[in-house]
Amino acid sequence: MDHLLEVKDLEVKFALRMGDLTAINGVSFTLDRSERLGLVGESGAGKSVTGFSIINLISKPGYISGGSVIFEGRDLTRLTNEGMRHIRGNLISMIFQDPMMTLNPVLTIGTQMVETLQAHMDISRKEAEDISLEKLRKVHIPSPEKRLQQYPHEFSGGMRQRIVVAIALLTDPALVIADEPTTALDVTIQAEIMELLLELCESEGTGLILITHDLAVVSQVTQKIAVMYAGKIVEAGQTEDIIDNPRHPYTQGLIKAIPDGRNPGARLNQIPGTMPSLIDIPPGCSFHPRCMIRGDICRHESPALKNIHGYRSMAACHMLDTAEKQAGANVTK
Amino acid sequence: MFAFAVRRITQAIIVMLVIGLLGFSIKQKIGDPVRDIVGVSVSVAERDALREELGLNDPFLAQYVRFIKNAVHGDLGMSFFFKRPTLEVILSKAPATLELVFASSLIIILLSIPLGIYTAINPRNLPSRIIMGGSIVGVSIPVFLTAIILIYIFAVELHWLPSYGRGETVNVWGWESGFLTLDGLKHLILPSIALSSIMLPLFIRLIRSEMMETLETEYVKFAWAKGLSRRRIWFLHAFKNTLLPVITVGGVQLGILIAYTILTETVFQWQGMGFMFLEAVERSDTSLLVAYIIVVGALFVVVNTIVDLIYGLVNPTIRITGRK
Repeated sequence: MDHLLEVKDLEVKFALRMGDLTAINGVSFTLDRSERLGLVGESGAGKSVTGFSIINLISKPGYISGGSVIFEGRDLTRLTNEGMRHIRGNLISMIFQDPMMTLNPVLTIGTQMVETLQAHMDISRKEAEDISLEKLRKVHIPSPEKRLQQYPHEFSGGMRQRIVVAIALLTDPALVIADEPTTALDVTIQAEIMELLLELCESEGTGLILITHDLAVVSQVTQKIAVMYAGKIVEAGQTEDIIDNPRHPYTQGLIKAIPDGRNPGARLNQIPGTMPSLIDIPPGCSFHPRCMIRGDICRHESPALKNIHGYRSMAACHMLDTAEKQAGANVTK
Repeated sequence: MFAFAVRRITQAIIVMLVIGLLGFSIKQKIGDPVRDIVGVSVSVAERDALREELGLNDPFLAQYVRFIKNAVHGDLGMSFFFKRPTLEVILSKAPATLELVFASSLIIILLSIPLGIYTAINPRNLPSRIIMGGSIVGVSIPVFLTAIILIYIFAVELHWLPSYGRGETVNVWGWESGFLTLDGLKHLILPSIALSSIMLPLFIRLIRSEMMETLETEYVKFAWAKGLSRRRIWFLHAFKNTLLPVITVGGVQLGILIAYTILTETVFQWQGMGFMFLEAVERSDTSLLVAYIIVVGALFVVVNTIVDLIYGLVNPTIRITGRK
């Protein structure tokens, strides 16, 4: 049982004037070496906060209030700032959502790459530039020698995200956390970047946590999925199990909401209602106000994430028997 | 860069023409060149003849063009009081003012950058609160009051520093400098602190707010995620971006400092252009007033143009547009 990353009962709170708000409530998952996990859910589910809390970089006033993040045997939540600095960008790197905003506009690409290497390794500028050039070639940036001298505004959005990917992979990290890496890009470029990321993670044996609301992307890239809702994981398991046979009514709703192109013009299935805000998360199962199969117990008792008899994936739902029947009904239909 | 520079310089020339028009209009309305030349004991007929000879009965536009022509050649008229060309009078006073402005700018730059960065990084701790509170006090007290308080404390009560004048100066190629003698530097301390007292708090606040905004950006967050040192993130990633808006606003503000010298110089009897200006007002020396306005306007325009060119050097986006 030697996981690359083990997140256990992670709890993140935001200290506000009116009191602490719980943004992440008991999230647990594991990731092995070279394994790829998708964190899926609507906006506000806590996916990004989970991602940022792994490298302890939640924006203020957020803080980790409980649980542990064990990475290569060390609990990252207990590291000092300096200890954490050696992890960030070195062993665990991040890719952000909007490549137009991620790169510093007044520094050249070369500076932004070299500084990352020099922050973690004792190497000369020349050596660092050589590594940078090699990584730029890997993300298919043409004439990288010239590009190294240029500023971010001289690149297109897709190019910039390639550069961000190259920066993330500079130090050959064991884990990359990609927070919606393609959301801000054109559809055609999205596929390119995703393919590039997958290809590089596979060839370098890099672990990946892909944070996204796009189930279609996740299904092509990751081996495992964790579906989040209102700060909790509501379903987790192997990608094919969850895509083909979702158990939790929320996951089922998400999958049904994907346009499949078979019935052009047909109305898309959507989950009624919206994600509750952190201020008034409903008691019991936080999904129950939007749930089609809720029972009485859902109003009072929060369901635990547990194995379901006869299935490989785990889900947090009191009404799983009913959910099972529904899933069966969908398959026969 | 060349096209950018040409555009900026053209704009500067247009601004100077407008300043010239304003100065000239003041001269037309208030001043009487004939009085400047001849005094009281000359008959009305003689005055009219002189008026005609000087072209003072020509149309406004013709006179304006002549005024600009003369100004370009460095002739801004004669001072009624000094009986010398106004430009010469002003230039003899300029070193005092420029040294004062320079010393104040130095104080402002050297203090506002570290204090602005410090209060942006630690927005809520006690030293920051004290700095921010103090800066409000600084902005609210008028320059002349600050100057009088400084004189009272350091000159009258403590006898540490002289209360007026420039002290001993050294003439370096026609430039009367107080920088080179200990006495001159001592005399410079209080006036330059008084002059910087208004702008310093503004600059601290400006740098702090710009820096705080920059610290919230995605690229700074990404810099943290790259595992860079705090120092590099604060002083390179965040500060370099903070600098852009600060340079723009800062250039204009440093120009305004020249205007504030009128008050400071008067309180400290500092023999500079500002002191001269108030004296000229008292003596109704219109030519000298107008010449002052034009010289200060020109200084302003030059400072702003230089600031814009520096901005172009710091901001890569502008540099590229200029190159094409």
